[in-house]
Amino acid sequence: MSDPTEISEPVVSAAVEAALAAIAAANDSAALKTVRTEHTGEASPLARLNALMRSVPGNQKAAAGKLLGQARGAVAQAFSARETAITEAEATAQLAAETVDVTAAASTWKAGARHPLTLLQERVADVFVGMGWEVAEGPELESEWFNFDALNFDEDHPARAMQDTFFIDPPDAHLVLRTHTSPVQLRALLSRELPVYVVAPGRVFRTDELDATHTPVFHQIEGIAIDKGLTMAHLRGTLDHFVKAMFGPEAKVRLRPNYFPFTEPSAELDLWHPTFKDGARWIEWGGCGMVNANVLRSAGIDPEVYSGFAFGVGVERALMFRNDVKDMHDMVEGDVRFSQQYGMTV
Amino acid sequence: MRVPLSWLGEFVDLAPGTTPEDVHAALVSVGLEEEEIHRFELTGPIVVGQVLEFVGEEQTNGKTINWCQVRVAADGELAADGGPAVHGIVCGAHNFVVGDKVVVTLPGAVLPGPFPIMPRKTYGHVSDGMIASARELGLGDEHDGILVLGSLGLDPEIGTDAIALLGLDDTAVEINVTPDRGYAFSIRGVAREYAHATGAAFRDPALALTADASTVAFPVTVDDRAPIRGRVGASVFVTRAVRGVDPTRPSPAWLIARLKLAGIRSISLIVDVTNYVMIELGQPIHGYDLDTLTGGITVRRAAAGEKLVTLDDVTRTLNAEDLLITDESGPIGLAGVMGGQSTEIGAGTTNVLIEAANFDPVSIARTARRHKLPSEASRRFERGVDPAVAAVAAARVVQLLVELAGGEADGLGSLHDATPERLPIALPTGFISGLIGLEYTPGEVRSSLAEIGASLEETPAGLNVTAPSWRPDLTDKWTLAEEVARIVGYDRIPSVLPVAPPGRGLTHAQILRRQVAQTLAATGHTEVLAYPFVSEKSNNLFGLPVVPAGGPAVPQIRVANPLDGEAPFLRTSILPGLLQIAHRNRSRGIVDLAVFELGLVFRPVAGIRYGSAVVPPGAVRPSAQLEAELNAGIPPQPLSVAVVLTGSVVRPQPGQPVVPASWQHALAAVQQVALAAGVPISVRQGSHQAMHPGRTAELFVTTDAGLTSVGYAGELLPRVARGADLPAVVAVAEIDLTAVFAEAGAELRATPIATMPAATQDLSLVVDAAVPAGDVLRTLREGCGPLLDHAELVDDYRGTGVVPGRKSLTFALRFRAPDRTLTAAEASDAKLAGVAVAAARFGATLRE
Repeated sequence: MSDPTEISEPVVSAAVEAALAAIAAANDSAALKTVRTEHTGEASPLARLNALMRSVPGNQKAAAGKLLGQARGAVAQAFSARETAITEAEATAQLAAETVDVTAAASTWKAGARHPLTLLQERVADVFVGMGWEVAEGPELESEWFNFDALNFDEDHPARAMQDTFFIDPPDAHLVLRTHTSPVQLRALLSRELPVYVVAPGRVFRTDELDATHTPVFHQIEGIAIDKGLTMAHLRGTLDHFVKAMFGPEAKVRLRPNYFPFTEPSAELDLWHPTFKDGARWIEWGGCGMVNANVLRSAGIDPEVYSGFAFGVGVERALMFRNDVKDMHDMVEGDVRFSQQYGMTV
Repeated sequence: MRVPLSWLGEFVDLAPGTTPEDVHAALVSVGLEEEEIHRFELTGPIVVGQVLEFVGEEQTNGKTINWCQVRVAADGELAADGGPAVHGIVCGAHNFVVGDKVVVTLPGAVLPGPFPIMPRKTYGHVSDGMIASARELGLGDEHDGILVLGSLGLDPEIGTDAIALLGLDDTAVEINVTPDRGYAFSIRGVAREYAHATGAAFRDPALALTADASTVAFPVTVDDRAPIRGRVGASVFVTRAVRGVDPTRPSPAWLIARLKLAGIRSISLIVDVTNYVMIELGQPIHGYDLDTLTGGITVRRAAAGEKLVTLDDVTRTLNAEDLLITDESGPIGLAGVMGGQSTEIGAGTTNVLIEAANFDPVSIARTARRHKLPSEASRRFERGVDPAVAAVAAARVVQLLVELAGGEADGLGSLHDATPERLPIALPTGFISGLIGLEYTPGEVRSSLAEIGASLEETPAGLNVTAPSWRPDLTDKWTLAEEVARIVGYDRIPSVLPVAPPGRGLTHAQILRRQVAQTLAATGHTEVLAYPFVSEKSNNLFGLPVVPAGGPAVPQIRVANPLDGEAPFLRTSILPGLLQIAHRNRSRGIVDLAVFELGLVFRPVAGIRYGSAVVPPGAVRPSAQLEAELNAGIPPQPLSVAVVLTGSVVRPQPGQPVVPASWQHALAAVQQVALAAGVPISVRQGSHQAMHPGRTAELFVTTDAGLTSVGYAGELLPRVARGADLPAVVAVAEIDLTAVFAEAGAELRATPIATMPAATQDLSLVVDAAVPAGDVLRTLREGCGPLLDHAELVDDYRGTGVVPGRKSLTFALRFRAPDRTLTAAEASDAKLAGVAVAAARFGATLRE
């Protein structure tokens, strides 16, 4: 296009027409950029027409200015609309091009897991902490006094021989691997102010060979409450609440007479639930009873003033009837697939 | 304890149709836990037959079989299997003659095995049934021939149901007897408990006989000069003689069947009778061949080193605590445990001396354990035998030997009874209701106690209760409370939730412990639980970072009676267990592993003698000093966490390079633990005998006393990894959490968040390649001063432009002032201050 010499309607219109056509023809941001240079830049026809304004006689300046202003407005509007459309289309295309197979995501992260036996102990502890109880702990390698004598296991009583104890060398040092979590009861009574309401989860040891239902290293949770006026009815009430909190409102407890050196009266704790392995039935889960007066005496507590109850349950056993674990090997061998079934929750 | 129901029914009413399951349920409700049910697993038709004739036929295999014609029903009648009255049966045994009555299992019968009987072709005949041996019927071990009924003294009608005849229709319930209830090791005791459970009438067999006084005194002396724990070894010692016993008489079938169901093998009539009375009344009986005794009997302690040949032909060297039965010839029995060979009842014994004694439980328990001789007798004595039943039991043996063996009681015997009188227990009114939480009426308390056999006396304060002779376990008012509670029923106890005083929740350490485990699991590690038993070699390798050559081994604890002789020590480190678990997983095809365990380790200190020489008594609080000594005697058991990684941490995936597990991942785990515990853990180049010399970090926490080492992280020595059957690169970390948690929990003083603009600058320093980057970073933090907001290592370059043996470390530094916008010059000055310190300390130069 040769240099325009005057601002006239046909010339302006032609420049607008040409610009609008070029805008419409631009299909991508690169083309649009060219259009911007050619039709709105300093060298564009409309810019050059604008330069002629200086030579327009005064009385025509207003009309020419209006004509050019309208023309430039129309072109700018069209350009902006086209630019928006192209930007959007290109963004959409870009996103489409970025499509991945979400089912094939590479991961620099892998799944870990907790062991269900530890998780289950934590859950039990939480139920009791919710009732105001505290969690007590003690050593796994214990003095015989804490493991037996203080708990009313006479050195010649058959119950002591029945415990299948791991003794520490030399035997005359009187150290054992604790056969139950009960020594923690004593430690709690010796170290805390009365009243005492504590649970003690932990690892215990008996000389049973590993098979489908036995392991020499296993876990118990023991509870003990010593206060003025505690009764066996309080024991039952605590167990009722505990099993319902753990297993749901349908769970029930039954107490059966039994013998344990550290409780008198003593009871076997049976648990009933409709959905456990092998259906609704009573399952032996642990022992309980009123804390034997001799145990209180071992802790320097007067059994004529204080009374209390204690209970103990097996964690492995709970996992067997609750989660249908069929073989103890799965719990102790450390095959990661076992823990990974549970993930972070039990 | 196995209880044949027919026997139980002699002493307590069993309602018609009572099943073994019913009996179990009733006994469980009073505290005798159910075990198995035992039966003779057979079904009929099994009948009495008479051998009419038989023909011996020699076979090609050299055996001779008998082709027998056996009458199994009266002439003209059908047999129990619907077949003819005379069956043709092939029999391989030869211990019978024509006319003998035998047990015939007819087609359709099933013997234990199960072994179904059908007509079968054998040795050229169709054998239409089988003539049974005692063993085939489940009655005993006798299999030398068939069971000839005449040998049991039986001559029943042909066609009689042999199952009922031999007592094979009986069933036994097995129960678990708790150690406090020795009396339940008898039919008498179980019958009493069954009566408690059901209200059925109980007939005490101990009252059915009068223990008549002997007319001629057999000399017995109890001479215990060393009672154990102040208790004389024998409080009761009864003897009775029976003469003229016919040693050829068989034990009757019903007796054999009952003993068999009770778990005892039939041996001979005399021995069977003594066992029978023991099961029935709970009183162990020993029989002597009276003709082999020399003079009277003395009960005394053994002399150390004295010898006795026991019934099992073993020569026992005795301990001074062993209680002996002796005559003038010397020891003739280990009291309450096992008799001696020299006075044993044998095939020719005709004159018998019966001993029914009451021995001290502790003495018997120790002897049985010492000589590893647990027996039916010792099991009962250990748990306590009714001292009042001895004379009755002796009389019962006499009665049965007279009745069954043709013996004669000539009145020879003795009765020594020094049973201490039982003192009454004071039971205050309301005590039991107060302990159980259920209002028992005075009538319920009295009737429950009367039902268990106690005698009661009213006192102003309540009751004086004298426990029955068979209940040595009833010693105080708490034991009486259990009796009343169980007789009335535990199901009556109400449910009342006690209100505990407000608690403090989990301790800080308990929360941190959970948080560490959760964090490690959330960052890809799987929790496992290894046994804490390891070998000495493992402990020596992992228990200390360095063991001086030729120095003492790592202090460690040995289990005296380990299950696995290869691993008798308690772990000083969690790592050996984790390595074993890693190997087990790999052997199962899981090769990319990150496992952790959190648990106690056992770390005795060298030179300390742990344990206590004396165990204080129970039922008394030890003095503060004694308690402190007991606790000081327990080796330290800190909480530890360990991680093992091997294989890949990032596995082959589309568009993702594989990342093999390395020391870096072990250190990442350490930082995750530090984060979870809220305790910074710093890392220094370290060394550990089990670990790669160039890839080991020692871990520290800062305490008031300065830096404290809390563990190691890095890679195992390839040799150690291979020794654990693992790949050459195994990343490990172990941290003493007890030490880490000790530094946790201080309340944070918050730093205000500065919002002024930051100035960032990179800095490259050239240092010797051996200088740890962490040390340079720490130096920069120190040297740059308070304006340094953040610093991190972003590159480690060696090569062109850097002198060999040196390296260029690039740090990204961010400077910020709390109150103003920093100028570039201020930031540069701070940076150069840091450089100056690094230059002074490490010879660091700026890389231009």
